[in-house]
Amino acid sequence: MKTLESILANHPFFANLKAEYLALVTGCASNVRFEAGQFIHRQDEEADSFYIIREGKVALEICPPGKKAITVQTVSDGEILGWAWLVPPYHWQFDAQAVELTRAIVLDGKCLRNKCGEDHTLGYELLSRLLPIIGQTMEATRLQLLDIYGVQR
Amino acid sequence: MAGQMQPPGVNPMIPQTYRVNKFIRETHDTFSLDVVPKGGTEPMVFQPGQFNMLYAFGVGEVPISISGPKPGTQGMIHTIRDVGVVTRALHHLKKGQTLGLRGPFGSSWPIEESKGQDVVIMAGGIGLAPLRPALYALLEQRDQYGEIVLLYGVRNPEDLLFTKEFETWRGKYGVQVKLTVDTADREWRGNVGVVNTLIQRVTFDPLNTVAMICGPEVMMRFAVSELKRYGVPEQQLYVTLERNLKCAVGFCGHCQFGPAFICKDGAVFRYDKVKPFFGIREI
Ligand SMILES: Cc1cc2nc3c(=O)[nH]c(=O)nc-3n(C[C@H](O)[C@H](O)[C@H](O)COP(=O)(O)OP(=O)(O)OC[C@H]3O[C@@H](n4cnc5c(N)ncnc54)[C@H](O)[C@@H]3O)c2cc1C
Repeated sequence: MKTLESILANHPFFANLKAEYLALVTGCASNVRFEAGQFIHRQDEEADSFYIIREGKVALEICPPGKKAITVQTVSDGEILGWAWLVPPYHWQFDAQAVELTRAIVLDGKCLRNKCGEDHTLGYELLSRLLPIIGQTMEATRLQLLDIYGVQR
Repeated sequence: MAGQMQPPGVNPMIPQTYRVNKFIRETHDTFSLDVVPKGGTEPMVFQPGQFNMLYAFGVGEVPISISGPKPGTQGMIHTIRDVGVVTRALHHLKKGQTLGLRGPFGSSWPIEESKGQDVVIMAGGIGLAPLRPALYALLEQRDQYGEIVLLYGVRNPEDLLFTKEFETWRGKYGVQVKLTVDTADREWRGNVGVVNTLIQRVTFDPLNTVAMICGPEVMMRFAVSELKRYGVPEQQLYVTLERNLKCAVGFCGHCQFGPAFICKDGAVFRYDKVKPFFGIREI
C-alpha cells in the first residue's frame, strides 16, 4: 500500500519538494473519499482544508439566488482544490461537489498555516506552487468572461 | 499544405449549382448542409482544412469550411453557425433546394507532415468543423500516428458539435477526447473551464507533436502559449485565421493579412509564419 508521503510526493503539486518539507506536510494529511454528488464544502463555510485530488472530478459551483447552481470550474486528477485556507477570513467562496467518485488527500489548513508560519521557506515553497495555479485560474476566468465562443459583434 | 484545387478549365469565380442532400440540425444556432453537385458531376476533391464559398441565391456568398463527407458517404458537408444575413439564408434551405458553390480554396492541415508523430487537435466552438476532416484523415491511417488527442471547448454543453462521434473516436480509434464548457448546470458531468486547462489531462510527447488549432482567435492565442509552455515547438503549431474575405482566389486583396492572403495562403497557417500578425485586431 502506498504511504501518504509517497502519494503526495507523486502528486504534481508537490513535485520536487524537499523530503523534509514533504514530511512536514504529511503530518497535516489524511486520506478522504467523496461519492458522486457529495458536497465537499459549501460557500461561506470555514475553509480549513486543502484538497489534493488523486482521482475523480469536483465541480465548483455558484448558486445565484432563485436560480439553478452554475458550475464555473471543475478540478480533477493531479489538481488541487481550494486556497481559501490560506487567505483570511478563511471562508470558501464556492460550493464544491464531487461529480464522480473522488479520492483525495486532505491537508489540515490550520496545521499547514502554522507550519508555514514557523518555517517561512516551507511557506514560500507552497506559495510559489499555489501562485501559478491562482494565476492560471484568473486567466481562465478572464477568458470565460470574454465569452469567446459567442457571436462577435 | 495544398494550394488551390480547382480543376483546369473551371472559372473559380463562377459558382456551380449544388443541391441540399441533407439538412442536419446540430445545435440551436448551428446546422450542417450536406450538398451534392446538381446534375451528378464528379464529387469534389478537397484537402482537410479547405473551405468553399457558398452562395445563397439572391442574398450573398460566404466562406465556409468543409466539415465532411463522413467516412463512407459522398456529400460535401458544411457546418454553419447562423450569425447574419447569408448564414441565415443558408439556414432556411431545405432538402432538395439549391445553392451556389465555388471551391475548394485555401491551405490544409498538415496530415502527411504529421506522420510518425503525436497529433493534438484543439478546437473551440464552431472550430471543430474545419478540423473534423483532418480527424477523419488521421483515423483512416490510424497506425501512422502516435497519440491522437482532441481537446474541445464550447460555451455550454448544448453547443457541443458532433457528440455522437466522440465515442467512436475514443473507443474504436483510441483518441484521447476531452471536452470542456465555459459554464454548465449540474446535469453536466464533464469538465468546466477553458480549453487550455485540458492539456494537462492528456498524454502526448510535446517535442514530437503536431498541434492543429482552430477557434476564436483569443482562444488560439492562449492555446498556442500553453502548448509552447509544454514544449511543443512553434514550427509544429498550426492555426487558422478567418478574417472576412470576398473573392477567395487572391484577386481582390480584401483578406490581405501582412504579406499573406488568407484566402489563398490560409486559412490554415503554420504558427511561426504568422506569429508577428497573430492577435493584431484588424488588418
Ligand atoms: C476561411 C473561412 C472559413 C470559415 N468557415 C466557417 C464555417 O465552417 N462555419 C461557419 O459557421 N462560419 C465559417 N466562417 C465564418 C463565416 O464565413 C461568417 O460567419 C459569415 O461570412 C457571416 O456572414 P453573414 O452574412 O451570415 O453575416 P453578416 O451579416 O455579414 O454578419 C453578421 C455577424 O457575423 C459576424 N461575422 C461576419 N463574418 C465573420 C467571420 N468571418 N467570423 C466570425 N464572425 C463573423 C459579424 O461580425 C456580425 O456580427 C469562415 C470564415 C472564413 C474566412
